[in-house]
Amino acid sequence: MHNMREHIDSVWTYAFVFAALLALTLLTTMVAEVDLGSLNVAVALLIAVIKMLLVALFFMHLRHSPILTKVVVCAGLLWLAILMVLSMADFVSRNWLAVPGV
Amino acid sequence: MDSHTETVALREQFETPGQQKEASTLGMWIFLVTEVMFFGGLFLAYMVYRRLFPEVFSVASNTLNIVIGAVNTAVLLCSSFTMVLAVHAAQIGSRKALIVFLILTMLLGGVFLGVKAYEWNEKFEEHHVPGPSFYLDKTPMQGQAQLFFSLYFGMTGLHALHMVIGEGLMLFLLFHAYAGKYTPEYYTPVDLGGLYWHFVDIIWIFLFPLLYLIGRHHH
Amino acid sequence: MITAAAQEQATYLNESYGIKSWLLTKDHKRIALLYLGTITFFFFLGGIFATLIRIELLTPSGDLVSSETYNKLFTLHGVIMVFFFLIPSIPATLGNFFLPLMIGAKDLAFPRINLLSWYLLVIGGCFAMYAMLAGGVDTGWTFYVPYSTSYSNGYVIATGLGIFIAGFSSILTGLNFIVTVHRMRAPGMTWFRLPLFVWSNYATALIQVLGTPVLAITMVLLICERSLHIGIFDPARGGDPVLYQHLFWFYSHPAVYIMVLPGMGVISELVSTFSKKPIFGYKMIAFSSVAIAVLGFLVWGHHLFVAGQSVYAGLVFSFLSYFVAIPSAIKVFNWTATLYKGSISYATPMLYAFGFIGLFTMGGLTGLFVASLGIDVHVTDTYFVIAHFHYIMVGGTLMAYLGGLHYWWPKMTGRMYPEGFAKLSALTVFLGFNLTFFPQFILGYLGMPRRYHSYPDEFQVLHVMSTMGASVLAVGYAMPLVYFIWSLRYGAIAGPNPWGATGLEWKTASPPPTHNFDETPIVTTEAYDYAALEAAKVG
Repeated sequence: MHNMREHIDSVWTYAFVFAALLALTLLTTMVAEVDLGSLNVAVALLIAVIKMLLVALFFMHLRHSPILTKVVVCAGLLWLAILMVLSMADFVSRNWLAVPGV
Repeated sequence: MDSHTETVALREQFETPGQQKEASTLGMWIFLVTEVMFFGGLFLAYMVYRRLFPEVFSVASNTLNIVIGAVNTAVLLCSSFTMVLAVHAAQIGSRKALIVFLILTMLLGGVFLGVKAYEWNEKFEEHHVPGPSFYLDKTPMQGQAQLFFSLYFGMTGLHALHMVIGEGLMLFLLFHAYAGKYTPEYYTPVDLGGLYWHFVDIIWIFLFPLLYLIGRHHH
Repeated sequence: MITAAAQEQATYLNESYGIKSWLLTKDHKRIALLYLGTITFFFFLGGIFATLIRIELLTPSGDLVSSETYNKLFTLHGVIMVFFFLIPSIPATLGNFFLPLMIGAKDLAFPRINLLSWYLLVIGGCFAMYAMLAGGVDTGWTFYVPYSTSYSNGYVIATGLGIFIAGFSSILTGLNFIVTVHRMRAPGMTWFRLPLFVWSNYATALIQVLGTPVLAITMVLLICERSLHIGIFDPARGGDPVLYQHLFWFYSHPAVYIMVLPGMGVISELVSTFSKKPIFGYKMIAFSSVAIAVLGFLVWGHHLFVAGQSVYAGLVFSFLSYFVAIPSAIKVFNWTATLYKGSISYATPMLYAFGFIGLFTMGGLTGLFVASLGIDVHVTDTYFVIAHFHYIMVGGTLMAYLGGLHYWWPKMTGRMYPEGFAKLSALTVFLGFNLTFFPQFILGYLGMPRRYHSYPDEFQVLHVMSTMGASVLAVGYAMPLVYFIWSLRYGAIAGPNPWGATGLEWKTASPPPTHNFDETPIVTTEAYDYAALEAAKVG
């Protein structure tokens, strides 16, 4: 039985991804010191998401994984989003009606 | 028939080693999804309270050492690098490299945990541990400040617990790698250990900016 | 009596003897029986609490027990029934036993994790029992803060730990089932040839895996708040008690679908077999199972309508709650259509199926009442809600479980249960159930609050009716316990397919051998293909 994964990524691929991860870490640290107002959070999260994608796609070999695996990952992220979005929908919309208790 | 029977423990319920590997890998990914939801509850709590108390969270976050945090992040990323190199070594059948990279991964993980312990101790000495002796300067909202630190200790603590479990997994892999159990035909446990390790790294990738980098431009 | 022929047959039951061979088994069928014993124990334990509750409610004054004790009674009833009976029930017993058989596999994907799941349920149960024996817990099964974290003198932490551990039992079972269905199907067993029982357990597994971890972290936070007072739910520290409710119900609403979906899967099997007809609208039922699993995650805020949740969030959740009724309704229509022009047999499993269809429909329809914001303000925290969920959990899930147990008993044990007594107990259950819970709809609408043990005199008649019903119901549940055990020794020997049903599980011996099939089956027919079954018999 041969390797289930046809691709064996090269060490250089991993090295480049690692370098990118380090650079992004430096970037997010530096950007945090700059006042972008409400964009600070968005930028920090965007960089974190890119780092996550790099780790997932390359280090965790998601790129070469079966479609089912990708569906599983997307489902996990979607469900996390459901938890957060619907919960925050409550907290964010409190006091929209100028009536106490709603 | 099967040239792999001496290295692959083909479990009875599976028909082929390929099926076993696919099933195990799928199982690990599903487990990681459960971990996403598990941590997710804490991330939700964080989101709710950061939105409610932005200034307090900013003041509290600024007491964390950004350099140590960033360096520790780099350490953990490096351990992910050595981990994927370990998997690569197993893929190409390089037992020595596999062992070296597993050891390096464990060492880097250990450094991460050591630095975390140092940071926590610092927080303890600065009276930033929630409890009767808690006090945070520069804010009247002591209760809310404690919320930040409860989340800080809760989230980094849960993460550290997962790191410790990860170290245990690495040790297990190390023993079996040393015993020559992993070959290019069968290295699934290394693969799965790698998936777990990378996942714990991804959690930290989010914890670092969310905990350390709030309102850093206010000095 | 056991015939010589049966004695020679090697089955999963006689393959090895001794307690170690059971406690260290990897066989999904033995694990299913371990679960069967465990959840039966918890069912009757939860039933004892229900009995005490119903006895107390016979009279308007709270005179049987103190208020504090009454709080513990309904809490323990809820905790034990939900977490230690209903959630595991069908998947861990019937699902564990039959999922591999139905897909033509030798076992689940991860047999040792399956055994671990059982141990986790038992260990979690031990924590809950410790809490019960040490003095009980009085917060309600929902553990709302700040009572549970700051004021209760009960054993909240022990119970929370027990639930946390049992939660992992559920997660691992779900994980096991998902991987098994994806990766272990026999050749020719395509997704759309799977029995609908498999589809429903698969959909259930999705919920178990995605929802239960949030319950786990909620219990962790509850325990931290209670022991360390970190403030996460404490308004004095800036915390929000409603956050607890969001986290709790994010799991606990989908949890009710964990409880009912497998039951629906059983009903699909029963309706088909006992009408001798393929299920009408197979694909719609399959998709509706997954749809329920997904939509079920979008509605939890309907438990927070009066909790302080924003009215806009309430609107969104109310709207979505109506949607989740649609796939359930599709199933009911399809089961009914299956019956049309079918060759109906009124064997006991079918009686339970009929009971399910009627009672689940009533429970489900009353769900629409409580999903409506305006009505819910009136009926929330009243007996209306209690009646609603008992119609679904007891009138629905428990009936489906009993139906499935009767249906698959011959396969699991090689013995038939006594049909006469079984029909009688099914009827007893149905009558007892309606007498117990229908008055509760009226009580709730008239204003009887839940979790109260004293009430205005004018409610007594309805409460007495309800308690009378509960006595009848108890008899109905005790009877199967007796005759199932009786049948193990004295029941008629069952052949491989006593019902003339389709499905791979009926193609192997009763009871099956340890390895399930002598040869890996190769599937060439669609699900519920009775014509092929007939042809195979003739040819």
